[in-house]
Amino acid sequence: MAQKGDWVKIKQVILEPEERAENIPQDTKETPLTMWVKGLLLEDGEIGDTVKIKTFTGRIVEGVLVEVNPRHIHDFGNPISELIKAGMKAREILYGGEENE
Amino acid sequence: MSRYKEIMARKNEIMKKSLGIDYERFESGGIAFDYERMMKETGYTLEEIIKIQREANVGDTPLIELKNLTELARKVSPTGKAARIFIKDEACNPSGSFKERRASVSIYHAKQKGYKGVIAATSGNYGAAVASQAAMKGLKCIVVQEAYDSRGIGQPEILEKGRKCETFGAEVVQLTVGPELFYVNLMLLEETGYFNASLYTPFGVAGIETLGYEIAQQVKEKTGKFPDVVVTTHAGGGNLTGTARGLIKAGAAYTKVYGASVDLTGLHMASDKDFNRKSFTTGHTGFGIPFATWPDRADVPRNAARPLRYMDGYYLVKQGEVFYMTELLAQLEGLERGPAGNTSLAAAFSLAQQMENDQIIVVQETEYTGAGKNPTAQLTFAMQNGINILVGNPDDEIPGQNIILPEHPSMIKAREVNLSNLKKSYIKNCVQHFEIIPKDKDIKFLAEDTKSSEEFVKEVISELQNGGLV
Repeated sequence: MAQKGDWVKIKQVILEPEERAENIPQDTKETPLTMWVKGLLLEDGEIGDTVKIKTFTGRIVEGVLVEVNPRHIHDFGNPISELIKAGMKAREILYGGEENE
Repeated sequence: MSRYKEIMARKNEIMKKSLGIDYERFESGGIAFDYERMMKETGYTLEEIIKIQREANVGDTPLIELKNLTELARKVSPTGKAARIFIKDEACNPSGSFKERRASVSIYHAKQKGYKGVIAATSGNYGAAVASQAAMKGLKCIVVQEAYDSRGIGQPEILEKGRKCETFGAEVVQLTVGPELFYVNLMLLEETGYFNASLYTPFGVAGIETLGYEIAQQVKEKTGKFPDVVVTTHAGGGNLTGTARGLIKAGAAYTKVYGASVDLTGLHMASDKDFNRKSFTTGHTGFGIPFATWPDRADVPRNAARPLRYMDGYYLVKQGEVFYMTELLAQLEGLERGPAGNTSLAAAFSLAQQMENDQIIVVQETEYTGAGKNPTAQLTFAMQNGINILVGNPDDEIPGQNIILPEHPSMIKAREVNLSNLKKSYIKNCVQHFEIIPKDKDIKFLAEDTKSSEEFVKEVISELQNGGLV
């Protein structure tokens, strides 16, 4: 249950596949143009309900509630050993390897 | 009529109101338009821009000599020689990239004209730049991003830029793949009456002139002469245009200005499937080539970014090479900067090896780094999307299939693009779009807009006519 005033994320279909622009690749044309935007919930609601939110600019936007306190999921990923070794090798070339340590 | 067509039909009217510029004044009725007058009459002088930017904490960023990378370049250079490599640390701008130079002038202009808010349609660093400047000036801000594929999976680099815009209090409207981003932008402009902080206005592009101007002055101060070469990342063309104009205004008339883009040949920018099979969302050939051969594809009637007017050379580098240089910048120079900002660094590392030890090559930007905007985040995401990460010869890299880290620094190459072919295709696009055979005024304009000669333009036109293309 999400409460009025919670910071939430909503989703809305802007253009159905048949409404999309002409000159776009087929794989894109088969998908709806979808929008996500965040704001403060204007009334209590459940995930999946159609709700209204007030965004940072004060716009009132309606859409399907998809997440409450939407988390930032991007991170630094895994270490890439090939990249680390590449840096080590460049140092060797520059400073002449173990003998110079 | 569909909603899409209805809004698009009102495009010019919406644009005019949201930009406050009458572009008609500069038109000649043919291919030519009065570019310099447009830049002068709707822009700001260099002195005014420097003042605007200083008051907004923008610009005056450090110029750093990359001594270790220069030494490494000399060690691997076929001639044993390489120019001194300098880098302009634009990550030091408040929102972490040179884009704030553009945003600072645009948002200053919006405030002057009494707009209550600004909107920018961009998935790049420009979003955070506009959001940061809007916050400084007490204006509202909306940033419209193309961020997700139809599975709802977001590009890490773009998610980080969205987070940063939000941090500055901007409303971030995130969309799935498609050029209709522009349609959503028009709807929001019409609904809100906000200012359209387009990347391509005269005052937007003029904001980058201070970058070229500072580089010229700083290099002269440090070495007693102007740089021999400045390498700029090339996407929409504003970065290269502004830098070149600033160098000229500083008196560095002989400095060569080269563009550099990441090679994403084969990936379609509007394809849902390809969207997450690329590891670079800006500064790549998906923008660099089309914006060079038809700059007026931009959201404004006449794009202030005219790359072919200033480009002395254009080079492509591979994704693996740019990630590799990002690692070396950190491990060898102690500078941790975002990958997209190192496209020019990868090209400069190779180009330096074709120059003398006392010559100077400047890499014209860096960008901030963080979660998402980082080689490990991008390469982990690439693997999750079926891209093979290999070590070997970057020439074998196939965008969307693999990313190849160079086995040895000597393998990094700046691959030259045939500029005259780009110039020919731009001339062809102009002739076909305006449906007229260029005469004296248009020929003179095309010669200037392609940094070529009237003979070259006439030759191209006769080739087109003989080939039945016009």
